Amino acid sequence: MINLTINGKSVSVSEGLTILEAAKQNNIYIPNLCYLEGVHKFGSCRLCVVEVEGARTLQASCMVPAREGMVVRTNTEKTRKARKTLYELILSDHPKDCLSCERNQSCELQEMGNTLGVTDARYEGEKSKGRIDISPSISRDMSKCILCRRCITVCNQIQNVGVLNAQNRGFETVVGTAMDLPINTVNCAYCGQCTIVCPVGALKETDAIQDVWNAINDKDKRVVVQVAPAIRVAIGEDLGYEPGNIVTGKLATALRELGFDDVFDTNFTADLTIIEEGTEFLTRVKEALTGGQATLPMITSCSPGWIKYVEHSFPDKLDHLSTCKSPHAMLGALAKSYYAEKVNVEPKDMYVVSVMPCTAKKFEVSRPEMQNDGVPKVDAVLTTRELAKMIKEAGIDFRNLDDAPFDNPLGLSSGAADIFGVTGGVMEAALRTVYELVTGRQLPFDKLHVTPIVGLQQVKEAEFTIEDPIEAYKFLDGVTVKVAVTSGLSGAKILLDQIVKGESPYHFIEVMGCPGGCISGGGQPRPTTPEIRQKRLEAIYREDEGKTLRKSHENEYITKLYKEFLIEPNGHKSHELLHTHYTKRGKFNEYITE
Amino acid sequence: MSSEALKCQCCCEEENDQQKYDRIAEIIDKYKKREGSLIQVLHLSQNIYGYLPLELQKFIADRMDKPLSEVSGVITFYSFFATQPRGKHTIRVCMGTACYVRGGKKLVDRLEDILGVPVGSTTEDKKYTFEVARCIGACGLAPAMMIDDVVFKQVNPDKLESILAKY
Repeated sequence: MINLTINGKSVSVSEGLTILEAAKQNNIYIPNLCYLEGVHKFGSCRLCVVEVEGARTLQASCMVPAREGMVVRTNTEKTRKARKTLYELILSDHPKDCLSCERNQSCELQEMGNTLGVTDARYEGEKSKGRIDISPSISRDMSKCILCRRCITVCNQIQNVGVLNAQNRGFETVVGTAMDLPINTVNCAYCGQCTIVCPVGALKETDAIQDVWNAINDKDKRVVVQVAPAIRVAIGEDLGYEPGNIVTGKLATALRELGFDDVFDTNFTADLTIIEEGTEFLTRVKEALTGGQATLPMITSCSPGWIKYVEHSFPDKLDHLSTCKSPHAMLGALAKSYYAEKVNVEPKDMYVVSVMPCTAKKFEVSRPEMQNDGVPKVDAVLTTRELAKMIKEAGIDFRNLDDAPFDNPLGLSSGAADIFGVTGGVMEAALRTVYELVTGRQLPFDKLHVTPIVGLQQVKEAEFTIEDPIEAYKFLDGVTVKVAVTSGLSGAKILLDQIVKGESPYHFIEVMGCPGGCISGGGQPRPTTPEIRQKRLEAIYREDEGKTLRKSHENEYITKLYKEFLIEPNGHKSHELLHTHYTKRGKFNEYITE
Repeated sequence: MSSEALKCQCCCEEENDQQKYDRIAEIIDKYKKREGSLIQVLHLSQNIYGYLPLELQKFIADRMDKPLSEVSGVITFYSFFATQPRGKHTIRVCMGTACYVRGGKKLVDRLEDILGVPVGSTTEDKKYTFEVARCIGACGLAPAMMIDDVVFKQVNPDKLESILAKY
């Protein structure tokens, strides 16, 4: 422990903390903008300057370590003045079109002006050259960038992708891709983690709101909506709730009030994914154990950020991916076939909207393999943030809505589907079904939670030995099945490097592109702090445990779907509608010929 | 990587692109384990290739196992790195404080007239790349300029044509 004085108060903190962190632990708030707890320490904005006795100049408290005997003053005329001036200098190069900016009232820069009591903008200078770059998933408006570089940190250190870095020098500095290449021509995974940390309106998802309004307004369109598991535990944050609230019922009602004709649940196809992916896994294992040519470990394929990453970074390892489409793509395919037939609507007159915690899904639906004769299976993807905006724009009093269920036949789901929204969830859901299928007994874990793979650690693993399987799976008797789970693309690289070296001990791997899984997806409400992530995770497990149905294969509508339409898992119809293939891209898109 | 895309645009004839890439690869393999060696690698690569086009940046990024955006970030930060083909000779007019007050700007204006290109670019015949420098450390000789490694002192705009005539 070290002892120092902050604002006349003697405090004692553990070694290795910065002044800013030491102050925060002692309930002293030092205004800061670029700093991001546990993620980004760079000292670019300088707003956190403090006076340190003996130091010649003001010190950036986010960078300077707290030292024994230090005397710090955070709240003096000098620091307050300096912060205001620094803030005004940031403003001098900012467009200041706040009233029509999409981050109006959710902008950290705007809020900081208020915190600092800034009432003047004295410096009017040359503006940086704005670069507008729009990709299917992410839109960049560099005229709004304040060069805090948080996006660079998440893209490089957290996600290990590195498509964004500072380019040029001095006033010309811009956060961008190599040689200013458009983002859709580089190896961006579209995970959208940069859009979560951007404090201003520089980085955001590519807007789909107007397209969705247009479809709702079109009397000739049957507009179908579905929501991903992670939305129900997060969207409340943008609608006046504390983090960790589950708002599933109100969400279904709000979607009806917005004018959607059918309100379905991506959870339903999460259950379906378990049946299809579980069957695929068992088929691969059987082949591998009986001398066939099956690629193991099999890796989950529901996270499109992960998929694009692996296509760029490990283009030779695509046969490890499950061929299952992501759950929302499955629902889109079923809506425009199975359901369209039921309600007698031409697929071309149906418009499917997916509400996702994800920016990568916006790109995913534009992939040629997700279309049928040029007609997309899912027409538009809204992020959690975008749906919250639409709800506000429509004047819906969300808090006072009644709870309602989703529509069938694509609405019922088990708890196993809910946990798709969190790291470890898809694996656990798969094990609940596969284990029971193979042994005829329930998965032997308390409350069905595979505890070694629950939680926010980067790489998690579990193993269990199959004993006394049913007749059809005798080949698995005594086999120890090893599984691994990771979230965030740095973790994915660790597990893929093992595969490349031929050292992967696993049979089945779950990868989610965003750290923590979809609960902290690139389309989720801002901010996503470690505490908020934890609360969303707990809420997901509460939602799961609150259901009578806990296993995907117990979902009666899934049984019905196979009976009426799909016939059998991994059958001909499934392959046509629910499975897909992947594209070799390469780090520089060198495998793409256009 | 197609050899067409890598077609050499500088003036050295003696070595083909493949040989240049091979030499650059050797350099990278020698340096890549050392922390902070990217600048050295870029410097040596530019000496070999003449400039650092995107294709070469990709080659370096891949072989050094670094993001392309980081490589390009370093290249665009330092003015001594070029991403466009350079002329046979590089003219650098000093615009440091001393040279500036002694008429460095006049040298720039006159050179723009003589060469017919704005500062920061290369003449059409690829003979000269014309740049400004921020103090070359010859303040006592202001206004100064350099052509390649040769420093010209107390340059008078009227002397420029005769200086260039030597090249």
